[in-house]
Amino acid sequence: MSSPEPNSKFNVVWTDFMGWVDERFPATETFEYHMSKYYAPKNFNFWYYFGVLAIFMLVNQIVTGIWLTMSYTPSGEGAFASVEYIMRDVEYGWLIRYLHSTGASFFFIVVYAHMYRAMLYGSYRGPRELLWLIGMVIFVALMAAGFTGYLLPWGNMSYWGAQVIVSLAGAIPYIGPELMEWVRGDFLMSGATLNRFFALHVVAIPLVLVILVFVHLVALHHVGSNNPDGIEIKKNKGPDGIPLDGIAFHPYYTVHDIHAAVIFLFFFALAVFFAPEMGGYFLEKPNFVEADPLKTPDHIAPVWYYTPYYSMLRASTFELFGMTAKFWGFVTMAAAIIMPAFLPWLDKSPVKSIRYKGTPSKVALGVFIVSFFILGYLGTLGPTDLRTATAQVCTMFYFLYFILMPWYTQVETTKPVPERVTS
Amino acid sequence: MSGYLKKLVFVVFVISAAPLWAATEIGYDMEPISPDLEDNPSLQNGMRLYMNYCLGCHSLQYQRYERTVDDFGIPHDIALEKLVFTGQKIGGLMTNAMPKDKAKNWFGATPPDLTMITRFKSPEYVYNYLKTFYVDESRPFGANNKVFPNVGMPNVLIDLQGIQRNGCMQMSKIAANGGEMRDPLVAGQSVTEEKCDQLYIEEGTGKYTAEEFDAAVYDLTNFLYYVGEPSRLERQRTGIFVLLFLVILGCFTYLLNREYWKDVH
Repeated sequence: MSSPEPNSKFNVVWTDFMGWVDERFPATETFEYHMSKYYAPKNFNFWYYFGVLAIFMLVNQIVTGIWLTMSYTPSGEGAFASVEYIMRDVEYGWLIRYLHSTGASFFFIVVYAHMYRAMLYGSYRGPRELLWLIGMVIFVALMAAGFTGYLLPWGNMSYWGAQVIVSLAGAIPYIGPELMEWVRGDFLMSGATLNRFFALHVVAIPLVLVILVFVHLVALHHVGSNNPDGIEIKKNKGPDGIPLDGIAFHPYYTVHDIHAAVIFLFFFALAVFFAPEMGGYFLEKPNFVEADPLKTPDHIAPVWYYTPYYSMLRASTFELFGMTAKFWGFVTMAAAIIMPAFLPWLDKSPVKSIRYKGTPSKVALGVFIVSFFILGYLGTLGPTDLRTATAQVCTMFYFLYFILMPWYTQVETTKPVPERVTS
Repeated sequence: MSGYLKKLVFVVFVISAAPLWAATEIGYDMEPISPDLEDNPSLQNGMRLYMNYCLGCHSLQYQRYERTVDDFGIPHDIALEKLVFTGQKIGGLMTNAMPKDKAKNWFGATPPDLTMITRFKSPEYVYNYLKTFYVDESRPFGANNKVFPNVGMPNVLIDLQGIQRNGCMQMSKIAANGGEMRDPLVAGQSVTEEKCDQLYIEEGTGKYTAEEFDAAVYDLTNFLYYVGEPSRLERQRTGIFVLLFLVILGCFTYLLNREYWKDVH
């Protein structure tokens, strides 16, 4: 913020100006607290880029979303045509739309990697429980954003995908049918549903997301970042009060993150410009036909980022305690989404990072990740007996990772954790 | 092939092939094609064919004449004279006057809008569909289709293609090495066998030869491929510049990062 010559005219004016501002608003104080005097561990690795990339994607979604809204028509009659109008007649409309549609998928890639990082290095452990819980709420809000946004193009898969998920509410006993009507605003998915999803997608959820991300950052900067060794760097401070293993976020991690963002943008641009449909994974083929309440697509599948949970929903095939299989599917799916929120209290290990945990923890995490991927893959396909059985086994492994965690994290032998971070 | 084996092959195919909603259930071995959006003569001919043979029933309601002819290099006055038969202005959308509710009575289903047909199905689907109409007197319009069995659409390109039938014919036997099997006693003579469920065209019944017809259907498919996403070429061209820019920018951000971190241990 200062040029090399301390008494240059610019510097004098700048210092005066900032002095004037700082008396009225804590500008310098805030910048120092969150950037130039926020000390992050020196040993961040690849997995630590995804937090800043998630913010980057949030900004992308908001900016492209604003521009899309300028030409989009939120009505059952006009929505589908207006998306094609954006793709054909709006200057660079195709680019704005693909940045948004591809951005949604990349947002989830980044957020899943960000969450995996936390599971890998125990970033959810104390004193970061609240940080993790806020993150979980962000994740649920993000899923809601994706879900409401997916209806807006008003393609046939938008329509039937939303129909399937909304009808889940109907599985809830007693209030189900009325609840379903209340959510849809109609007796079936219609323009009324589209309009309320539009309101939620462009106003309510982004507002919630931005506030939550802000709160997430406040919590992070209060407790400080975890690191691949799972050591609290604040325990080893130098005489100046600065953690010995810490380094100022600005400029060190800002230049780090800028470079990471450019590399990320390269891959993002590859998808946006050369594979925006991603073989049917980012933009599904049946969505190139307008929504038709009378024509169900041959095979309804949600976008890839919901498929692990969708698989678990479908894996429930039996009645229990007088409740339908659909109800238990809904319960299973909801539980699967909520489950990671309990991690801070399920993990009883004396160490945080997977580096120092024992073999059982490593095997458990490995099985969990493989199950999650298999579930995700199965969710993109139509069900068969074999696939449903596989999904049931994987669902079991998914939950066992959490349920058995208090046990396997206590019985295993852990490696000694070093005093200082390793490079 | 037994039912079980077929199922197994299908499952293996579905698991190995990434495209999720590719037309895997079509019982016809589709010819692959590669559309070429830089081939203006092909796109122009495809548009001409579409306006003459297809637009009466199938609108392209999201695409405008002006943008299309500009992209194909067709002057507006020529386009209005030769391609716009609906009396619309050059900036109009490619709609038609077919009453949707009545059309359903006429054909059993309303002829769909085809703006995104190559994205909903695939260019291969359109190409093979248009080539595989054959005579079938049991159908209301006397025509059936290999790619879309029992389709409600009549064979509108029959005057170009000629009469195509589905039946048995003598075909060269395929040897174990994949080539045509030759008669070991008569030099150059291939060994034939009768194969059924084969398409063949009665020679001399169409305006076009088989090759000319294939080329025309290719042009038509190419045109529909363009209409599916008219910005595709611009997208890919822009993409190359964006990637190049990012590579160069990445070099500088790498050096910037290295400069800051060189003293950190």
